[in-house]
Amino acid sequence: MISRKVNNVQEALDGIQDGMTIMLGGFGLCGIPENSIAELVRKNVTNLTCISNNAGVDDFGLGLLLQKRQIKKMISSYVGENAEFERQMLSGELEVELTPQGTLAEKCRAAQAGIPAFFTPAGYGTEVAEGKEVREFNGKMHVLEYAFKADFSIVKAWKGDEAGNLIFKGTARNFNAPMAGAAKITIAEVEELVPAGTLDPNEIHIPGIMVNHIFQGEKFEKRIEQRTVRQRS
Amino acid sequence: MALDKNQIAKRIAQEVKDGYYVNLGIGIPTLVANYVRTDISVEFQSENGVLGMGPFPFEGEEDADIINAGKQTITTLPGASFFDSAFSFGMIRAQKVDLTILGAMEVSENGDIANWKIPGKMVKGMGGAMDLVASAENIIVAMMHVNKAGESKILKKCSLPLTGVGCVKKVVTELAVLEVTPKGFKLLERAPGVSVQDIIKATEAELIIEGEIPEMKID
Repeated sequence: MISRKVNNVQEALDGIQDGMTIMLGGFGLCGIPENSIAELVRKNVTNLTCISNNAGVDDFGLGLLLQKRQIKKMISSYVGENAEFERQMLSGELEVELTPQGTLAEKCRAAQAGIPAFFTPAGYGTEVAEGKEVREFNGKMHVLEYAFKADFSIVKAWKGDEAGNLIFKGTARNFNAPMAGAAKITIAEVEELVPAGTLDPNEIHIPGIMVNHIFQGEKFEKRIEQRTVRQRS
Repeated sequence: MALDKNQIAKRIAQEVKDGYYVNLGIGIPTLVANYVRTDISVEFQSENGVLGMGPFPFEGEEDADIINAGKQTITTLPGASFFDSAFSFGMIRAQKVDLTILGAMEVSENGDIANWKIPGKMVKGMGGAMDLVASAENIIVAMMHVNKAGESKILKKCSLPLTGVGCVKKVVTELAVLEVTPKGFKLLERAPGVSVQDIIKATEAELIIEGEIPEMKID
């Protein structure tokens, strides 16, 4: 067994420096690597380019990095829940590249799978396709999109083992699965880190070869963005 | 009488057929799930990575790890599955999803849709909408016929940045059901008590009107 285990978040994020490109898993606040984000805030690395479907909310998730102006550029699909983000974007302080969600996911998956580029119909005829190569396949127009190139990928899983194997829970799999192994170095923070041999190999979502450093997060707030319930009748 | 949002959802629910996998956008589309006939089998997909979505959880049973694309806490029904976002858009691009229902700021007579950006004012991003409209075979737009300033959202040509081109098949508003045909918008139905004249007045685009236009049936 090759161990991917590190002792804590500080060790895991050791190589992250100013100006790097970092992928961060999660959808909204669901499945975000919250311990690693807290450490990025503490380390105060700046000029980051962050690839993340959303930008958190004002006081949680990537919103914490935005507050401290640590992010130079965001690559996201939807940023509507963050007023500070919108302010920085409209004032030009923050560079933003909005990408269709499926394209964003596939740019991660392509990087993970060693595919340099791909064609997708998403965005054809819109400003997203401006300046990009387009091509017709089966009578339909497609846009050429490239795999992401990132220095670090930080994902969050429910369970993991020392070998770096990951299991996600519910919809927290989202961008965490396609981002694992999609950068030069992948960091996984997990709610529960167990010895190798504990998890059933049949149940593994991401094999440990895709993960360089794995650690158990100290605490998970797992904040809910839109708490919606129904009445018991 | 113009329809309210729930009545728009009710009318759209009539388009949901047995055996359909359906993706619902945020807003009025989400309400459609409440009105789908209970004697047919339908599964709801949410693009963040779940198929077989159920109703909201009971209070105290919310799970931060189980949400829909609107970031709302949800439940799952028997037969449900979770998957990652790349896989989710794979099933959307591969047209496994039968029906996509979403909101819009503008729709044009050739089926273009704009719903993600007002330059210099509102930039929330397109989320999954561009992927959905570029791939789905069957797209129904649920929207109000006019905006808050009283201007028609049913146009000859969209003025806002587009989300997709030539993709919308049907539009259901508080006033009318419109079909997008190669010749433009065809008026199919009008809301109860709303006249054809009312609809023409609220519509910037030309309408194709053939014969008597029936009233929508909403119980």
